Amino acid sequence: MLKSELAGASTAERLSVPRSLVPGRRRGVWGDRLYQAAVRGAVLVFVVVVVGIAALLVYAARPSLAAFGWRFLVTADWDPVAEHFGALPFVYGTLVSALLGMLIAVPLGVGCAIYLAELAPSWVRPPVAFLVELLAAIPSVVYGLWGIFVLAPLLRSWVQPGLARWLGFLPLFQGTPYGVGMLAAGIILAIMVLPFIVAVSREVLLAVPTQQREAALALGATRWETTRLAVLRYARSGLMGAILLGLGRALGETMAVTMVIGNRPEIALSLFAPGYTMASVIANEFTEATSDLYLAALIEIGLLLFVVTVAVNALARLLVWSVGGAVKEVRE
Amino acid sequence: MRKLAIVAVASAALALVVGSSLLAPPGAAAELLINGAGATFPYPIYSKWFDEYAKAEPSLRFNYQSIGSGGGIRQVTERTVDFGASDGPMTDEQLAKAPGELFHIPTVLGAVVATYNLPGNPALRFTPDILADVFLGKIEKWNAPRIQAANPGVALPGDPIIVVHRSDGSGTTYIFTDYLAKVSHEWEQRVGRGTSVKWPVGLGGKGNEGVAGQIKSTPGALGYVELAYAIKNQLPVGVVRNRAGQFIEPTIESTTAAAAGAARNMPADFRVSLTNPLGEKAYPIASFTWLLVYKEQTDEAKGKAIVNFLHWATTEGQKYAADLLYAPLPPQVAQQVRAKVGQITFHGKPLLVAR
Repeated sequence: MLKSELAGASTAERLSVPRSLVPGRRRGVWGDRLYQAAVRGAVLVFVVVVVGIAALLVYAARPSLAAFGWRFLVTADWDPVAEHFGALPFVYGTLVSALLGMLIAVPLGVGCAIYLAELAPSWVRPPVAFLVELLAAIPSVVYGLWGIFVLAPLLRSWVQPGLARWLGFLPLFQGTPYGVGMLAAGIILAIMVLPFIVAVSREVLLAVPTQQREAALALGATRWETTRLAVLRYARSGLMGAILLGLGRALGETMAVTMVIGNRPEIALSLFAPGYTMASVIANEFTEATSDLYLAALIEIGLLLFVVTVAVNALARLLVWSVGGAVKEVRE
Repeated sequence: MRKLAIVAVASAALALVVGSSLLAPPGAAAELLINGAGATFPYPIYSKWFDEYAKAEPSLRFNYQSIGSGGGIRQVTERTVDFGASDGPMTDEQLAKAPGELFHIPTVLGAVVATYNLPGNPALRFTPDILADVFLGKIEKWNAPRIQAANPGVALPGDPIIVVHRSDGSGTTYIFTDYLAKVSHEWEQRVGRGTSVKWPVGLGGKGNEGVAGQIKSTPGALGYVELAYAIKNQLPVGVVRNRAGQFIEPTIESTTAAAAGAARNMPADFRVSLTNPLGEKAYPIASFTWLLVYKEQTDEAKGKAIVNFLHWATTEGQKYAADLLYAPLPPQVAQQVRAKVGQITFHGKPLLVAR
C-alpha cells in the first residue's frame, strides 16, 4: 500500500506539468496577448527599418536618379569633377570579387567543416574549430593591412608571375601584376568569410542524425560515400544557408577590400587588374563629397548595393528551395 | 507566478526609464559647448588647440567631429554646428546656399609631397611637367629622358612607374590636383581639381597610410602623401621646382614660405589657392586649411568664445603647429587673419575685444 503510494507519487512528480496548464486553472490571457504583441512588434521593427532604409535611399538619391536615370546602371564613367556618374564598374567589381571569394572559400570551408564533423579525432576538433573561428574575430582593417604588406607582395612576386606563366593564355591572368587588384580582393574575402562558412556548416553537419551515417555504413558504404550520400545530401539546405551567410558578408565587406582592390573604377577581364566595389566607393568618397549631385550619386550606389544584395539573396534562396525539393525526393 | 513576472518586468522597465533620466549629463549648464565639424587633415592640431585653450578657459568645451571637409561644409551651411572646417575653399555656389555670410579663417598650412620606391631611394628632383605627365600616364618609365635630365647622375631603372593615388576623397588630393591643374593645361582640361578625380592611371590607396603602404611594397611606385605623414614615416620625398625655378625640398619652413609669397596679394576672403605660388623659397604644393565661421553670430556667448579662440589660435596657438608637423601661418598672414576675426559680429557689433 505504502509502497504503491510512493510509486504513484513519484510517477506524478515525473510527469509533473506546469501548474498553469492544469485544467481548471484560468489561463493567462493577458500574458499571451502581451507575448503575441511583443513578437509581432519585433517583426514590425525590422520591416519598418528595411522599408525605411530603402525609402530614405531613394529619397536622398533623387538628384542622381533624375540626372542619370537608367544610364547610371550601364555607364562606366565616374568623374566627380565633371559630375558624370555611372555605377557599372562598381557593380561589376562587387559581384566579381564576391564570386571569386566564394569560389575559393566554399570548397575550403565545406571541406574543413566535413573534416571537423566527420573525420577529425575528437581531440583535434576543439583547437582547430577555435583557430578557424578566431579568423572571424580579426578586424577587417587588420586583414587589409595584412593584404597590403604580405599578400600583395606575395601575389606580385610569386603567384601572379606563376599564373601568368602557366595560365597566361586565359584573359583572366594577363596584364601587369601589381599585387593589389581583383585577385587580392577575392583572396582576402575568401579568408574573411571562411570562418562563417566553417562554423555554420560544422553545426549543420553535426545536426545530421547519427542513424543516417550508421545506416549508410551498414549498407557497406565507404567513408566518402557515407559523407556524400547520407550526410551532405541530408544537410544540403543548411549548407546553402552557411554559404549564403558568407556571400552576404562578401558583398558588403568594405575596409579590407578597399585596401587591396586598387580602387580603379574600370571593368577589366583580368583578375590582376585593379577594380572597385560599391561599398568601397561609398566609404572612400562619401566624407568629402561636397556637391549635391555627387552625394546623391554615392547614395544611389548605396541603393544599388541594397538592391543587389536583396537580389543575390533572393536568388540564393530560390536555389535553397530547389535544393530543399531535391532533399525531399531523396528522402522519399 | 505570471503576474509576479509581469510586475517584475514592468518595474524593471520603469527603473530603466527613471534611471536613464537621472543619468543625464550633470552640470551641463555650467559649461559652454561649442560644436564643430569638418576636415580630417587638421584634426590633430585642432584637438591640441582645443585642449590647450580649455586649460585657460575651463568653462569652455569644444567638440570637433572630423567627418571630412564635405560634411563640415554641409553641417555649417545647415547650422547644425557652430563652425565648420575645410581643406578646400567653398565655391561661390556653396557660399550662396549658406544662410549667412561665411568667413574662411586660415589656421595652418599643409603640404603634399611626392614619394616613391626605387632601389636605394635616391633623392629625386621633379619639374612640374614631369609630375603632371607621370600622373597623366604620358611618362611611363623611370628612365624617361625628362626625368633623367632633371636628375643628372642618378641611376634610374628602366622599370615602369606605378602611380599610386588616394582612393578616398581628401584635401590632400585637392591640393595635389589643384597644383597639377595649375602647371599643366592638359591636366586641367582632362582631369581637373577635386577631392576625388578621375585618375588617368594608377592604383588607389585608402588614406595616407594606404598610399604609403602600397608604395613601400611596390618597387617602382610613385605617389603623393601629406608632408606630415612623410616626415613622421621618413619616406623619401621628391624635391620640386617652384615657379621661381628653384628646386625646393618640402619642409615646414618652405611650406610657410608658400603663404608668405601670397601675403601681398591676399584676397580679402582668404579663399586662395597657394599652389604654385611666387617666392624664391616657396614649396609649390601647399595649401591653407580653413575654419568656416559665420560673420554674424547668433549666440553672443558662443560667438565671443569662438572669436577669442580664433584670436588665440592665430597668435599663441601657432607655436604648437610645427611640433605636430603643420606649417604655421607667416606672421603677416596671421595679422591679416586676426583683422578678419575682428569683423565677426553679434547684432552688428564686433565680438573681439582688443587686447
